Amino acid sequence: MEWLNAIVQGIMLGGLFALFATGLSLAFGVMRFVNLAHGDLAILGAFVAVSVISATGLNPFVSLVIVVPVMLAAGYALQLGAFNFTISPDPLPSILVTFGLGIVIQNVLLETYSADSRGLDVGSIEIESIRVTDAIAIGWIPLITLVVAVAVLGALQLVLSRTSLGRAFRAVSDDPPTARLMGINDRNLYAVAMGIAFATVAVAGVFLGIRQSFGPLDGPAQLLYAFEAVVIGGLGSVWGTLVGGLLLGVAHTVGGQFEVTYGYGSGPLVGHLVFLVVLATRPSGLLGRRAE
Amino acid sequence: MTGHRVTRSDRQSTAGLAVSAVLLVVLFLLPWWDSDGSLRVPLVAILYYLALAQMWNLLAGFAGLVSIGQQMFVGIGVYTLLSFAEDFGVDPYLSVLLAGLVAAVLSLPVAAFAFRLRGGYFAIGTWVIAEVFRLIALESDFLGGANVRTLTRESLGGYSLDTRNTVTYLMALGLAAGATAIVVLVLRSRLGLALRSIRDNQEGARGLGVSVGRAKLAVWVISAFWTGMTGAVILLHNPSTRAESAFSVLRWTALVVFIAIIGGVGSTTGPIIGVAIYWFVREFLEDAEEWRFIILGLIAAAMAIMAPRGIYGLLQKRWSVQFFPVRRKLVGPGVTGPAPGGPAQPVAGTGHPSA
Amino acid sequence: MTLLEVRGLDAGYGDFQALFGIDVNVAEGETLAMIGANGAGKTTFLRVLAGQVPAWAGSIMFDGTDIAHVKAHRRVGLGIALVPEGRMLFGSLTVRENLIIGAHAGRAGRWNLDTVLDVFPLIRPLLDRPSHVLSGGEQQSVAIGRALMSNPRLILLDEVSLGLAPVVVKSLYEALPALSEGGATVLLVEQDIGQALEVASRLVCLLEGRVSLEGKPDGVARSDITAAYFGLPAGSGSEASS
Repeated sequence: MEWLNAIVQGIMLGGLFALFATGLSLAFGVMRFVNLAHGDLAILGAFVAVSVISATGLNPFVSLVIVVPVMLAAGYALQLGAFNFTISPDPLPSILVTFGLGIVIQNVLLETYSADSRGLDVGSIEIESIRVTDAIAIGWIPLITLVVAVAVLGALQLVLSRTSLGRAFRAVSDDPPTARLMGINDRNLYAVAMGIAFATVAVAGVFLGIRQSFGPLDGPAQLLYAFEAVVIGGLGSVWGTLVGGLLLGVAHTVGGQFEVTYGYGSGPLVGHLVFLVVLATRPSGLLGRRAE
Repeated sequence: MTGHRVTRSDRQSTAGLAVSAVLLVVLFLLPWWDSDGSLRVPLVAILYYLALAQMWNLLAGFAGLVSIGQQMFVGIGVYTLLSFAEDFGVDPYLSVLLAGLVAAVLSLPVAAFAFRLRGGYFAIGTWVIAEVFRLIALESDFLGGANVRTLTRESLGGYSLDTRNTVTYLMALGLAAGATAIVVLVLRSRLGLALRSIRDNQEGARGLGVSVGRAKLAVWVISAFWTGMTGAVILLHNPSTRAESAFSVLRWTALVVFIAIIGGVGSTTGPIIGVAIYWFVREFLEDAEEWRFIILGLIAAAMAIMAPRGIYGLLQKRWSVQFFPVRRKLVGPGVTGPAPGGPAQPVAGTGHPSA
Repeated sequence: MTLLEVRGLDAGYGDFQALFGIDVNVAEGETLAMIGANGAGKTTFLRVLAGQVPAWAGSIMFDGTDIAHVKAHRRVGLGIALVPEGRMLFGSLTVRENLIIGAHAGRAGRWNLDTVLDVFPLIRPLLDRPSHVLSGGEQQSVAIGRALMSNPRLILLDEVSLGLAPVVVKSLYEALPALSEGGATVLLVEQDIGQALEVASRLVCLLEGRVSLEGKPDGVARSDITAAYFGLPAGSGSEASS
């Protein structure tokens, strides 16, 4: 029963991982851009929420109304003003710019908010849960996170498959020069994609902050989990990202059941190992269409 | 081709070589006149950072392997030295060599996983694997878990403090000079030609029979070996450590990347310039580590966009200088000397002695 | 009325110059065939007009304004559409989506999904297939249809016949008059001279990046065309300007 509970909790945690992975997957899908600051941007989003809440007294869920547009605008502007200049067949410039940006964000957060851990308080719902059986209870917050993740990914899938924006994204992903012949401004489209990526990762950051405490240096771990979810699920597959996130979540919670020597959960280690096993055996991911 | 010859050096690079030789001799003799170590001790950190930056440069600048996981090889070096010297009683200086070997051996399974990924995903993949090593160190009873571990006096017992300081300094100097020499030698070798053709055109290189995978793997293992030894020397310099600092991405990769980028990736001189700038920034912002990262990070990110070949690239564009002779040039009647970085690259191929 | 007036156009890739001082006029409503050997610069010329390759020097007047420095994605809105060499359909899009995305720039005009399908009725049953499963001729029809969807005033066709069976090429060329009747001016590039001359009202021949011949199909002798095409110093090649 303990194991079954671990799996159920893992699926809930996986929702959060999928939410983190969404933007990473989108930016890679549309423009083959890998943003190494992705995790730090989530933490930045959570800290923006901290500031918004302390200034306005809003509930963290409601603070998303401010945090998401702010991050969306930041993503749009950053892509137009900086990232677009690094798009080339040589991946080095984009890696360096985003890696540098991540380190800068971490240290600016350290300077601004100190190294203390923070949390986003949503009140009593935090400890309330649905009791399924004696041994299994599903917390409202993890459940809401999972639902939001599925909703965000579903919305993204709809946008990609049904709208003219989604068509343009897919066309640019296939062949930017020919997309330009259709009158598509690819540079602007990249900025829109990065705006969406920032918006979704900000949501992920705020949910992380509601779920657990966080500090300025927690970004890289989130980047790695998001990346693992994307690769496990398969590049270029929206639902694959969800599957990858859920599998990784289960790996974390089941791994956390193992005896640990020094009080550090082995969840992350087991998660990394599951990722490596998938990488070795199914390099194009579980639901992947393209190998990279 | 009569009347033409292929040469790698010209007056500038000969001068550069002479200057570096003099500098190396001065640095080598430093322990004999800097008796209180006031110059040597801060120099050790600069030297091992140069070694790390050259090794990252070799991977990212020449082999297209942008690793964000270099901290794994530093950490492996640190813990190998600790285990051999503390737990098995092996001579600490011999253990430095063993640290490099262990890192090189472990780099093979790492490559088996990471080489399945490309570009940005390779970068994150190496980072994941470095995390795996950090977590293993953290969870391992044998390695000491989350505790601080120290290279004790007993295991260093055979040597006096003065000797230890001198040897550590000389080792750091050897690692820095050796790393630079390795990059020069690799680039001048057959491997270097293979790497250059891969960098210019991966598919074409494959068509010419260059084994892309093998060339990259060779560079990967060399870099791991040298980075592992550097990790061991870092522990000799600063004998207390724990998993968090031995496997720190900030210290052993982020700073190293910034140094290499600012100085200039893809050249041998770039990291030397970068490390000089790092020293300068460190002196000015001694007590503000965060600001150091912010400033270096911003400069590096700006450089990556506006001057991808770093300060050295800017200097080169302006004065066309080359300090280390790694580029083959065709000289002779009717051949105007191609500017470094110019489009006259195919010459390199024609001058290559078929082995 | 002159729709397109190119003057002194130089262009190329990197260090390589492909076009040298090209002067070409295209009148509204005509069908101009540009012929020339492999590497003569025909495709480069079309790509410069579409904005995929920058002009080094010279002017490109389109409907009275110089568009030499207008970005590629804006030229579609002005009414220039390129059907690129190799069709270049979007592999992740269905046939229908490939056609619809042609209208992305939002120019009004007579062409829409229905009118395009009237010209290429064979595509209709394939609308919901992924584009990569289509035959070469079907792909070429979709590529032309996609360009029409943008309601162009000038449609640039690059090597429509490339790699297609003669019977397929014939049926594609039979659709071209519909383009002109729909109000579009056509500039087509071909290696297949015979095919091009059948539909063209005027022809321009390029040789090594320069205009080597210009005239009406019935006004120039076959031997002059051959001379201009291959760069032979033929005695009869008196109209060749090079």
